[in-house]
Amino acid sequence: MIFGARKRFVLILALLLAASMLLAASSGAYYIAPLEIPRVLQEGLEGAYVLLNIRFPRVLLAALVGGSLALCGAVLQGLLRTPLVEPGLLGLGGGAALGALLWLSFFPALVWGLPAAAGLGVLLTLVLLLRLAPVGGEQSGVRVLLMGLLLSTFFSALIGLLQFRVGDPQGRSLTFWTLGSFGGANWELLALTAALALPSAVVMLRLGRALNALSLGEEEAFHLGIGVEALKRHALMLVALGTGAAVAAAGNIAFVGLLVPWLVRLAVGADHRMVLPSAWLLGASLTVLADLLARTALSPAELPVGTLTTLAGGPLFLFLLLKEGWRGG
Amino acid sequence: MADRLEARALGLRRTGRWLLRQVSFSLDTGFCVILGPNGAGKSTLLRLLSGEWRPAEGDVLLKGVPLERYSLAQLALERAFLPQQRSLAFAYTAREVVALGRLPHQRHRPQNHEDQVRIEWALEQTGASGLAQRPYFSLSGGERARIDLARVLAQDAPILLLDEPTNHLDPRQQLEVLALARRLAQEGRLVLAALHDLNLAALFAERILFLKSGQLAALGSPDQLLKPALLQEVYGVPFEVIEQAGRRLVLPALPPDGQ
Repeated sequence: MIFGARKRFVLILALLLAASMLLAASSGAYYIAPLEIPRVLQEGLEGAYVLLNIRFPRVLLAALVGGSLALCGAVLQGLLRTPLVEPGLLGLGGGAALGALLWLSFFPALVWGLPAAAGLGVLLTLVLLLRLAPVGGEQSGVRVLLMGLLLSTFFSALIGLLQFRVGDPQGRSLTFWTLGSFGGANWELLALTAALALPSAVVMLRLGRALNALSLGEEEAFHLGIGVEALKRHALMLVALGTGAAVAAAGNIAFVGLLVPWLVRLAVGADHRMVLPSAWLLGASLTVLADLLARTALSPAELPVGTLTTLAGGPLFLFLLLKEGWRGG
Repeated sequence: MADRLEARALGLRRTGRWLLRQVSFSLDTGFCVILGPNGAGKSTLLRLLSGEWRPAEGDVLLKGVPLERYSLAQLALERAFLPQQRSLAFAYTAREVVALGRLPHQRHRPQNHEDQVRIEWALEQTGASGLAQRPYFSLSGGERARIDLARVLAQDAPILLLDEPTNHLDPRQQLEVLALARRLAQEGRLVLAALHDLNLAALFAERILFLKSGQLAALGSPDQLLKPALLQEVYGVPFEVIEQAGRRLVLPALPPDGQ
C-alpha cells in the first residue's frame, strides 16, 4: 500500500471512531440527537447530566479498553509470530482478573491499585505461559494456544472461587470478569485506566519496525539490528500493562485482540507500522459499537459486551484456525 | 588500513565438541566461497562472522575493531546475512519483504525515497521485479529465494554473508545469483558465500576457503586450490579435475567399490 493511501486509511479509522463515539453518546434509554449534544451541554439542558456522568465516561472507557485490547493483541501476535493469539485466549485476561481479585481481597479499599495488580497478574501469566510453551519451532503456535486455553479455563474456576471470598464494593461478578461490561464506568475509573493504558499504548505504537523485523524470525531480526531479547521483555511488559488496565476496568472482553488485527491486516497488509495504529483505532470503534449494541439491544436489560464480541470472534477464530492449517503462522 | 573482515583464531564449542577451531584469515573485498563437507563448519563460520554467535575463542574484527564493540544497529549497517533456513510470519507482499531489508536504515526516520530506490534496485538485480506485488506465500521456492536475496541486497551493507544462496534454484538461476554475487564484489563489497557445488565455485569464486572438520584447510584462488590432492584431503574421496576450453571441471571419482 502506498503512503498516501496509508495515511488516508488511518484518517478514515479516526473518523469512524469519532462517529462511533458520537452515536454511542447519543443513544440509550434517553435519546439525545448527536448534533444536539453541544447545545445540550452548553445550555445545561435536561440531558446534560446523563451525558456528563453516564455516557461520556462509558464511551471513552469503551474506546480506551477496546483500543488497548486490540493493540495488545496485535503486539502479542507480532511477538509470537502468529495471528492466532490474543490476550483473552492465552489466559492473560484471566490472569488480570485474578490479580485484580487478589488485590481486592487484601486491600478492598484501595481501588486505585486494581489496574497495576491486574497488570502484574498478566505478567506472571505470560511468564508462566512462556515457560510451559517456549516460543520457536514448528508447533510453537499451537502449543502456546493449548497452554493458554488451559490456563484460561483454570483461571475462570479460580475467579469463581475467589469471588465468594472477596467483598467487592462494586459487586463485580464472575460474569463481569469473564464476559466484561462497561457498566461501572465513571470518570475516576476512566482516569485510572487511562493512566496505564495510554502511556503503554504510546510506547507500543513505536514497536512496528522491530516487530516487522521479527516477522522474519529471531535470527533475521538480529541481523537487521534488533535486540530480540530486549524487545520481548519490553513488549511483554507493555502488553501486561495494557491488558491489565483494560481487564481491571471492564473485565475480559474476548476476541477484540484477535478479530481487530486480523481485519486490519486484510485492509492494510502485514506492515506493523500500519497495523498497530490502525488496530488501536478500529478496536476502539468496534468496542464502542459493541457496547452500544450490548446496552440497547435488549433494553432495559444489558448484555455483557463480551457475549457480542465472542459471537463475532468465535466463528472467525475457527475460520482462521482452519485456514492456517494449525501451523500457527 | 585494516582489512574489512578478519578472523583471529576463531573457535566455537557446542555440547562438548569443537564445531570450529583455530580459524584465522583476513579478507577485504572480493567474492570468497566457503567450501567443505557437511558439518565442516561453513554455517558456523558465517554465524560467527555475522556476530549472531559469540566465539568461545578468538575474535572477529570488523575494519580492525572487535565485533562486540559494535552495537546491533551499527552491525546491521555493516553486514547483511542470508540464512539457509528462512521463515516468514504474516502475509507480506514480496516487495514488503524486500523492504524489510531497509529497516536498519529507518531507526530514526520513516520510509523515504532512497529506500524506494534501493528496493527497486535490489529487485532488479535479482530479476525479481515482476514478483514484487505478489504475496510472498504464493511464490515458489525459487522465487522466494530471489526475494530473500533481494532483501539482503536492500540492506545495502558492504559485507554480504550468504549461506547456500543457490539452494532451491534451478541451474540458470544458480548461475545468475553467483554472477550477481561476483558483480557485487567487483563493485567493492566483500561477499562470502557457503556453497556445496565445486563447479559453481570454480566458475565464479575469486577466492576459496576450504573448511574441514572445523579447521581451515586452505585459502586461495581457485587455480591454486582446485587440485585433486587437496580436494581428496578435504572431502575424503578421489577427484578428477578436467581442464576444458579454459574452464575447470571438478568430478568426484566413483567410490572404491565401483557402485
